[in-house]
Amino acid sequence: MKSEKTGRVTKTIEEINEKIKQGSVCVVTAEEMKEVVQALGAEEAAKEIDVVTTGTFGAMCSTGVFLNFGHSDPPIKMQRVWLNDVEAYTGIAAVDAYIGATQQSKKNEEYGGAHVIEELVKGEEIELKAVSGGTDCYPAKEIRTVITLEDLNFAEMVNPRNAYQRYNAATNSSSKVLRTYMGTLLPNFGNVTFAGCGEISPLQNDPEFRTIGVGTRIFLCGAKGYIIGHGTQHCPGYATLMVKGSLKEMRPEFMRAAYIPGYGVTMFVGVGVPIPVLDAEMAEKLAVRDSEIKTKIIDFGVQRRDRPVVREVTYSELKSGKVEINGEEVRVSPLSSVYVARRIMDELKTRIERGEFFLSLPVERLREGKPLKPMRTATKLVKSVMSRVVVVSPETGVREAAKLMIDKGINHLPVVDDDKKLVGIITSWDIAKAVASGKTGTVEEIMTRNVITTSPGEAVEIAARKMEVHEISALPVVDKDGRVVGMVTSEDLSKLLARNR
Amino acid sequence: MLLRLKFDSRVVKKPVISSVTLKTSALINIIKAEVGPRKGELIVEVEDSMTEKVEEAFREFGVSVCRLKKKVQRSDECVHCGACISMCPVEAICIAEDGRVEFMDNCVLCGNCVKVCPVKALSIPV
Repeated sequence: MKSEKTGRVTKTIEEINEKIKQGSVCVVTAEEMKEVVQALGAEEAAKEIDVVTTGTFGAMCSTGVFLNFGHSDPPIKMQRVWLNDVEAYTGIAAVDAYIGATQQSKKNEEYGGAHVIEELVKGEEIELKAVSGGTDCYPAKEIRTVITLEDLNFAEMVNPRNAYQRYNAATNSSSKVLRTYMGTLLPNFGNVTFAGCGEISPLQNDPEFRTIGVGTRIFLCGAKGYIIGHGTQHCPGYATLMVKGSLKEMRPEFMRAAYIPGYGVTMFVGVGVPIPVLDAEMAEKLAVRDSEIKTKIIDFGVQRRDRPVVREVTYSELKSGKVEINGEEVRVSPLSSVYVARRIMDELKTRIERGEFFLSLPVERLREGKPLKPMRTATKLVKSVMSRVVVVSPETGVREAAKLMIDKGINHLPVVDDDKKLVGIITSWDIAKAVASGKTGTVEEIMTRNVITTSPGEAVEIAARKMEVHEISALPVVDKDGRVVGMVTSEDLSKLLARNR
Repeated sequence: MLLRLKFDSRVVKKPVISSVTLKTSALINIIKAEVGPRKGELIVEVEDSMTEKVEEAFREFGVSVCRLKKKVQRSDECVHCGACISMCPVEAICIAEDGRVEFMDNCVLCGNCVKVCPVKALSIPV
């Protein structure tokens, strides 16, 4: 195992597997390895340690299971399939379907594909419904039955994108609570959330993909699984894995269905990857610490694809529970569980030591990945749909304002000061209420002062979402100096939709 | 010690907190306050040694007082992800050395953590 020329340690996966067979393999967890390298140095650590177990346990939306139900009599070509009222994808062979973790039930948005997958693993009964148009070879048109995991011929978890190397952290500069896939984000930088397990995550410990590749045997939710390639959205610094494993071997303690309030259903997935210590360079990489792993805190208050970066941060700062933003201490929530990741690393270590789990040589290395391209869509901006605006001053009489609305055929009047800056808004409903209660003075007395606005450069989808959330039908368009430059109404937006169709 | 104070329509308008502070010289930290036109509810923190004196003073003003000893309940469903941690207004949730999420005794039962738990492991005790 020592090169005769250099005297340095080099090992092969075959040699390590031989040690596993003989029961003499030396396995440590990623956390233990950091200590070993610090104490002994990389060269000695590579000599002593054969395998390092890494792990992660976090919400991974890109998860699902291929199911093969077997044929009914008379047979059916399942064109649509529901499992406990959650629809599965069926554009494949007659009795195959793919149930995605994030697909939500028709009846209960807090229940979805992830819950069906978890219940299958727990051995619970699942209601299966399938419909078809009927063909000569598959005459049946509808099936309703109850199945369990045992009844299925195949149930293979195939996840297009798991185990992110690192993930952007999230915060919120806006004045509203945002409920996102990164959890609940409190207003005015009220908190930060982050995902990923940092220094114990598989891809952080083999960043050059020397042993993590196509065909690497892994631990997936308790089952023996495999890496089948790089994941979707795999890109430099943010590597991901596509993985598979049999649902029939999985254990409920290493997976969990979840509902992120206001966002939707997802699944906590447990991934463990054994990394062979082939030489000192690998040992060096396995010593990576949270303080060396950087990510970005992104502002979800800006509802666009390219959200601004608030600051760079390390995983050790994030894991400390508090980070500083604009000179203030902000509390941090992790969304991945280091506790369960540790149990995964321990479990995998035990299986290797007992000779139940052998390492595999990847048949192909993962490629480095390229920067991601954005989707080719034309973003429609507010300035292209806004209408001309009629404004009034605070001193305008209510009667005069009412007349103006009727003359111009409008229902909203922004109220502006001498500099054309927005100070309030009145609607035809405000006027009706004012008249009914005998208030016929100036608009200042009846106007709404806290006005929800948009800006010329905002995407129309964001403006539409504001109207929906606040249950209003128009938004004044305000430039960066606070001056009113236009108006967007729900009518403008429905005209735009009609045109696009 | 955390105390829940309930004010009815008679006492809600009176400067009760300041009066009790002056009378007992106890430092009273207001954790949560809901004040309406006819009733109010406060959660306050006082030093353990002053608890009895403060409770007595509040009762003299006609405020109903009860000690908050319970904290948020957690089931075995918890996966220790920590989504709840930054929701807590009194920093009663943290991650222990072994990686588990831990709930401390200063919980004020506000329920913010219950609402964000992705696996519905948390509940308010009845």
